[in-house]
Amino acid sequence: MSAIDLLSEPAAPGATTVEAPRSGGIIRRLPLEAKIGAGILLVLFLAGLLAPLIAPYGQNELDFTNIFSGPSASHLFGTDGAGRDVFSRTLYALRLDLGVVLLVTYPPLVVGVLVGAVAGYFGGLVDAIVARIVDTMIAFPFMVLVIAVIAIVGPGIKGVLIGVPIVAWALYARLARSEMLVLREQQFMLATTALGYSRWRAIFRHAVPNLLRSSLIYSTLDMVVNLLLLASLAYLGLGAQPPNAELGSIIADGQSTLLSAWWIATLPGLVVVLFGIGAGLLGDGISDGKLRGRLQ
Amino acid sequence: MSAGTAPLLKIEGLRVEFDTPHGRVAGVRDAGLTVNAGEIVGLVGETGSGKTLACRSVMRLIPFPGRITAGSVEFEGRDVLAMRPRELREFRAHDVGMIYQDPFSSLNPVFRIAHQLTETLRANLGLGKAQAHARALELLADVGIADPERRALSYPHEFSGGMRQRVMIALATASQPRLLLADEPTTALDVTTQAQILTLLKQLNQERGMGVLLVSHDFGVIAQVCDRVAVMYGGYIVETAPVEVIYTRPEHPYTRGLLESIPRIESAGRATRLPTIRGVPPDPTEPPPGCVFQPRCPYAQDGCEKVTMALEMVGPGHGTACPVRPFTTPQRPEAAPTGAQV
Amino acid sequence: MSAGAPLLRIENVSKGFGLRRTLAERIARTETEPLRAVDDVSLELRRGEILGLAGESGSGKTTLARCIIRLVEPDSGLIELDGTNMREARGQELRELRRRMQMVFQDPYSSLNPRMTVGAAIHEAGRVHKRPGSENRDQFVREALERVHLSARLAKRRPRELSGGQRQRVAIARALAVGPELLIADEAVSALDVSVQAQLLNLFLDLREQLDVAILFVAHQLAVLAEVADRVAIMQRGRIVEIGEAGAVFGDPQDDYTKALLAAHPQPRLPHAA
Repeated sequence: MSAIDLLSEPAAPGATTVEAPRSGGIIRRLPLEAKIGAGILLVLFLAGLLAPLIAPYGQNELDFTNIFSGPSASHLFGTDGAGRDVFSRTLYALRLDLGVVLLVTYPPLVVGVLVGAVAGYFGGLVDAIVARIVDTMIAFPFMVLVIAVIAIVGPGIKGVLIGVPIVAWALYARLARSEMLVLREQQFMLATTALGYSRWRAIFRHAVPNLLRSSLIYSTLDMVVNLLLLASLAYLGLGAQPPNAELGSIIADGQSTLLSAWWIATLPGLVVVLFGIGAGLLGDGISDGKLRGRLQ
Repeated sequence: MSAGTAPLLKIEGLRVEFDTPHGRVAGVRDAGLTVNAGEIVGLVGETGSGKTLACRSVMRLIPFPGRITAGSVEFEGRDVLAMRPRELREFRAHDVGMIYQDPFSSLNPVFRIAHQLTETLRANLGLGKAQAHARALELLADVGIADPERRALSYPHEFSGGMRQRVMIALATASQPRLLLADEPTTALDVTTQAQILTLLKQLNQERGMGVLLVSHDFGVIAQVCDRVAVMYGGYIVETAPVEVIYTRPEHPYTRGLLESIPRIESAGRATRLPTIRGVPPDPTEPPPGCVFQPRCPYAQDGCEKVTMALEMVGPGHGTACPVRPFTTPQRPEAAPTGAQV
Repeated sequence: MSAGAPLLRIENVSKGFGLRRTLAERIARTETEPLRAVDDVSLELRRGEILGLAGESGSGKTTLARCIIRLVEPDSGLIELDGTNMREARGQELRELRRRMQMVFQDPYSSLNPRMTVGAAIHEAGRVHKRPGSENRDQFVREALERVHLSARLAKRRPRELSGGQRQRVAIARALAVGPELLIADEAVSALDVSVQAQLLNLFLDLREQLDVAILFVAHQLAVLAEVADRVAIMQRGRIVEIGEAGAVFGDPQDDYTKALLAAHPQPRLPHAA
């Protein structure tokens, strides 16, 4: 009797809850904010990636007949004191900067989440040791470490590539660990033990996918912080060295002519701001997805 | 109730809708009920019936993106839906109180009980510090908390679920509201505590003449304290009756099905099976045509997909939305409740 | 009901949780009594039998259930499944023993991994234990869902798209997918609406009949146990105070606590006389 009843139930997307969840792929399910943010970031990443193809001029193409000219059809962002096209330089700078940002944000995320998940799941001595290491890393004055590394290996992006990951993973580990402490008491995690699954399966196949969300949200913020770190170091002359185009150094160069040739510092600066806005919208958008749909 | 006195609470034709990506969804489609002064009315329904939304509508606490799109809510003759912000705040502070299911999240964990009580008293009643403190202790004693002087200094996590619910009741009734909305107040409590809280509600109702709208999915709870009962399903009120009548002479197939599926201690040791209501509750985005219960109804006939949902009085204070009466043998034999003894 | 050796035998099982001691107590080295959640419990469950385990919150029934599958390690006592000692088993042997005793949890909202589809969760269970038929994913999942009267169409859905009753059915399907001989239902219907609860109770009875699976049914509502259990055990503060045939325990209780529990249970006045 009951078999026939239930087999004939309608394929309702919302079952019996008022908050009918969206069906469809993960992309469509993101709220508008996240889509706009993702779109902005995608444009910037692509611009950087395709810089050699789309930049109208080389990043160091000098043209002394055309110095300090304002934005125009042939030079979208104008030219600087050596006649270099600021737009092209910005594109190449994006390529460098965003590449580094990805390298120092996501590998530490992966390592950190895994370490934090394992520590949180096992608890006991393993967790105690890992937690202390993580706390130490986080307590470290971040900038000091990076500058110290630069002092050793010399200026350039190498310093950032080495220095940042040493500490960055710890933040993700802490996040993942504290979430795991809560998650492992959830009934579906207890079920993995009852079902006789190995602990590794429980951690990697069941827990980690649920832990990723907060770390991904945090990573959008982290990317912006890392970009600003890069730009600040270059601004100080410690980061990417000329003639490599780097957002910070372009802005630094334009500082002296801020009032006369405003476009050199301002327009690339706006690109950095745009990156921040895109990352922020994406982060907000993803995190709101958690709360959206609940009645109160 | 003398003619000419407006009932304490009167809801008519209430409709609450939400805008979702799947379109506009109605959680409450057409609900009406009345609570008279000094009465305890039960609102029974399962998940998705709309009972919580209906209850919250009384205080206009429908969370965005929900909206009350039709109907009226009148409190002592005053139109609640038309109240302006200040009037509404006064209404919520003094005329109506509400208690919720989860006493754990209703109290702020970082403040002592005494503080939370006195804060309400000072804000809503304008009492001075000392006065409010004294009054708070009185209120705690009224709700049955022994040694209020000492217990008021505790934090919420030091109280058991039952005691927290008592504190909630104290908070909600501090300004002597004439109506109390209780949304599943005992669901998270165990049986003995449940009985105590219900007794407390009954006591407050009798001592102060405070009306109560008690929302629950549990018929046992309803039977203990209610004078009248309204049964909700799929956003509609499908039956309303005095409490004894609803148990002995339910006139709606859903009410009957629900009552029959309640487990009974007397079944112990017998090889009977619980009769069940076939199928699943309706999808709010695709309500069934005609009678909302008709796809699951063992007594459904042709024409049931064309009726309009409306309560028809069949006895004193007894209304039902089912036009197919009296109930004879079920039309759909395979849906006959097994083990039914009627 | 099959006679012979019991499927599950537990003897003198105890589990205590250390009470937190205040600093003063630690300094004074006062002995604090550990809180005994399970206190010297013994019982037996036969093949195909449904044993109800009743008690209020704090009675230890959930802790006992978790001790049986070693989700929680008991402090002492014997737990035997079909003659094999559960407490000494390790590694693969433990995994195999666990496979034969599955648990269905209370909360339909957290007992399924929110990030896995229904089909994936069920199939994984079959695959990990290399159940016969699990090579053919679609068929395996379809049969598992049919066993709990759910449409195969639900295989692609995620838990959040299902109602509470459907989620519990999926949890049961997942448990059954590994072919257990014993199901422990830990308040498995307590969080469901009455009409859905009735459907699930009938499902448990069906499963017992069709699969000859024994069920340890933990619940705080006596009436629920009255509808499904053959025998009932009443727990109070970690101990079993009464145990016997359901009709006898509820109809003619011997222990004072059982009597008090029965008296406290709200009984709605129903149209059908007992």
